[in-house]
Amino acid sequence: MHKMSISVTHNSTDQAEPQFSAERMVEVQRIINMFPEGKQKSALMRILHMAEEDFGGWLSVPTMNYVARLLDIQPIEVYEVATFYTMFNIEKPGKVVLEVCRTGPCMLVGSDQIIEHIEQKLDIKVGQTSADGMFTLKTAECLGACGYGPMLQCGKHYHEHLTPAKVDELLDTLRKEHSDK
Amino acid sequence: MGRKLLLEHANVPGIESFEVYRKNGGYRSVEKALKTMSPQNVVEEVQASGLRGRGGAGFPTGMKWSFLAKPEGVPRYLLCNADESEPGTFKDRYLMEKIPHLLIEGMIVSSYALGCNQSYIYIRGEYMWVLEIVEKAIAEAYANGFLGKNILGSGYDLDLAICPGGGAYICGEETALIESLEGKRGNPRIKPPFPAVKGLWGCPTVVNNVESIAAVVPIVNDGGAEYAKIGIGKSTGTKLISACGNLVKPGVYEIELGLSVEEFIYSDEWCGGIANGKKIKACVPGGSSVPILPANLITKTAEGTDRLMTYESLAEGGFATGSMLGSGGFIVFDEDQCIVRNTWNFARFYAHESCGQCSPCREGTGWMEKVLRRLEYGQGHMHDIDLLAEINKKIEGNTICPLGDAAAWPVAAAIRHFREEFEWHVTHPDEAVKRNFGIASNHMPLV
Amino acid sequence: MVKVIIDDIEVEVEPGTTILNAARQIGGDVVPPAMCYYSKLQGSGGKCRTCLVEVAAGSAADPRPMPKLVASCSTPVMDGMVVKNKTSERVYDNRAAVTEFLLINHPLDCPICDQAGECHLQDLGFEHGKEGTRYEEKRRTFDPIDIGDKIKLHMNRCILCYRCVYTANQLTDQRVHGVMHRGDHAEISTYIEKAIDNDFSGNVIDVCPVGALTDKTFRFKSRVWFLKPMEASCECTKCAGKAVVWMFGDEIYRVTGRKDKYGEIEDIDGKTAWICNECRFDKKDKTKWTIEGPRVINRHSVISQNQYLVDERLETKKLTGK
Repeated sequence: MHKMSISVTHNSTDQAEPQFSAERMVEVQRIINMFPEGKQKSALMRILHMAEEDFGGWLSVPTMNYVARLLDIQPIEVYEVATFYTMFNIEKPGKVVLEVCRTGPCMLVGSDQIIEHIEQKLDIKVGQTSADGMFTLKTAECLGACGYGPMLQCGKHYHEHLTPAKVDELLDTLRKEHSDK
Repeated sequence: MGRKLLLEHANVPGIESFEVYRKNGGYRSVEKALKTMSPQNVVEEVQASGLRGRGGAGFPTGMKWSFLAKPEGVPRYLLCNADESEPGTFKDRYLMEKIPHLLIEGMIVSSYALGCNQSYIYIRGEYMWVLEIVEKAIAEAYANGFLGKNILGSGYDLDLAICPGGGAYICGEETALIESLEGKRGNPRIKPPFPAVKGLWGCPTVVNNVESIAAVVPIVNDGGAEYAKIGIGKSTGTKLISACGNLVKPGVYEIELGLSVEEFIYSDEWCGGIANGKKIKACVPGGSSVPILPANLITKTAEGTDRLMTYESLAEGGFATGSMLGSGGFIVFDEDQCIVRNTWNFARFYAHESCGQCSPCREGTGWMEKVLRRLEYGQGHMHDIDLLAEINKKIEGNTICPLGDAAAWPVAAAIRHFREEFEWHVTHPDEAVKRNFGIASNHMPLV
Repeated sequence: MVKVIIDDIEVEVEPGTTILNAARQIGGDVVPPAMCYYSKLQGSGGKCRTCLVEVAAGSAADPRPMPKLVASCSTPVMDGMVVKNKTSERVYDNRAAVTEFLLINHPLDCPICDQAGECHLQDLGFEHGKEGTRYEEKRRTFDPIDIGDKIKLHMNRCILCYRCVYTANQLTDQRVHGVMHRGDHAEISTYIEKAIDNDFSGNVIDVCPVGALTDKTFRFKSRVWFLKPMEASCECTKCAGKAVVWMFGDEIYRVTGRKDKYGEIEDIDGKTAWICNECRFDKKDKTKWTIEGPRVINRHSVISQNQYLVDERLETKKLTGK
């Protein structure tokens, strides 16, 4: 089942807009240059990925407004895109987002048990963030690792052939990696 | 052992680098095409090869190329569809991860054939690390003069870039892919006009799957006629099959089309049989959207002849007793699997991935998902089964894009072949709940 | 010119005309219903699927039938094409299904909906809907929200025709609302709390085929069929000032654009007579308008029940210009 959708109404427009570093701006320009003149909107998706990476793992309204300005498009065009594609977090998640594939082929090899294991381990349900703000558990539709399931995605990385023991190990590693951040 | 045209060198150490790839015969097709062939020659070779689109629809690639409009002074675009998201399919990822230069080589030759000077690879956003591998390979190809201005002194220019999606199955539909590449929501366009006339930024555009483009490399190297010698009838060449589910050895295999399904599932050279010594219950041979086959129709057709891994043989018997080769996402179910749960799972996938633009798909996929969830959790009625059949008949064919059909077919086929299992869920609600691998309390309770 | 046969009636149209527009040239009940297509909005159509028709012969050159039903609003005619709309059972069957799809998540709150009486979904349901519902699931719900102080958005009623999005794109200089999310959770929204603030933004109300976008200055004031629609004009610097004022006695309850029988704003002097927000929301004083006479309303419409009680004094005024 999907999350019951409610009108997401953010009132956080008063926050200051973030800004890419000079180094990242070079990358932004490189991406815009992939497209003919006047077609800079095509760079939107990739720049949204970058913005998520640089600005706290999610797309706040000020972040989206900033991206709109970078690409000289209307903010609404960014909101429409950011809410359409499931990879973009439009609400602030925990430090680490775990996305477990729940689709058929993974289910056949036990993704349900992995999801349940993580739920118990972190004492949260799918869609929630652990009390310490460390982990957000999500489910994802087919991530293209069907032969290597059950699996989960964390950031850019795929963790495949999962077992409850491997999940425990992974959670420990991730907790250590991110605890000082 | 079948011939390997795409993955022959996939396991050579360092093959992802330009140097090793080149040493193993890489980029020969670019040299051959740009130096000795006209663009039309390349198109003719592809037509002669009988190559059919490897993304799922199986439309002849050469014919698709011949539809491309070529108005004067208007740029044309070749887009590579690497938005692999059909459940059960992970072959393109394997190819790009292992041997990225093969895709780039194919893109250069195909772009040359179509007269494109700017091409894009659209890769699903989840494959960000694959994007980085391919992007690195693109940079190497530029550095070695295979991309950019005046490639190999031929006067042909080509720029190639790779762009990520953001998590949307629908962007595998070619017009949704184009919309997404334009930085918009992935809403499929209303056709006509087709992309061959009006595609990316209103210009003529061809969209091809990763594997189709990679296959152009051996076709140009060895000639279309040589390629066509492999396979049976209109199913020529080799095909990447991504096998998954309850198999001993799931993974990506390159097969010669025409291999028998029995051999593919049970031979140790391929999948090695069903995992944990169990029996096979069903098989979805071409990605989640194609009809499911019950055990008795997997290795044999309804006529009793051997079922082969070809477009035609898998489709034999139509939707009544056959299925489709589709994208080559080969999903195998062992005897313990619950068809209702799986059908619900697929229905949930399509409901989740519907773009929401046209009403039969937006409302119908969500409706089917809810009814199936009730059935799976022991709260269904007998009339729900007919209702499902009725809903999917009204989605099928009435939508803007094929996602509606893709959502309808698996439900229709599951009811056709496993009706008694659906009925059992209605008559045995308590057991039905318990049968969900003992995790009835799982994350999807009824609301 | 190309010849096309729709429901056994032949019509000659310009090449490139869509089946729907060819049918509109014939008129009457040959015309398929259209919930999302709007001829004055570029790019609209193709989404709701209520206008699906059967093509029994593709063209004179290739007379094979088309395997699927096609959206008549976005399929161009070919010379010799044979189309079946009201003569096809398959069309009716599938149109009934589309109607059912559009209604499963609809709140069916017609008794408290301002659009009742002029709602295209109501008309569609009346003609193609089935009695009762087969939908046993929970309906999708949203809270009604204000888009500025003049427009109310009831997302529950929305059928996602995208007309209001095209309107904002094509009539205003900056679009601030759009479609968020996807699938059956897609919704029209401004995302952040934001008023649609533009001289022509009120036209999203006129193009909305259902009661999703309604005029807050008219909200709950009266059922439309108790009002008398009158053609009226005014001096306006922003728009052509040609509107329909909806009156009860001497009072103007609401102002809308002049809609034709397909619910589309009419062209006046070759230009679509969209009205501006000032005319729509602020000119409720009768003295600001010149009443030209009663608006012709389809006599089958519930609104027409008051239509024939024409005020004689108004008639005189129209004739004498006083």
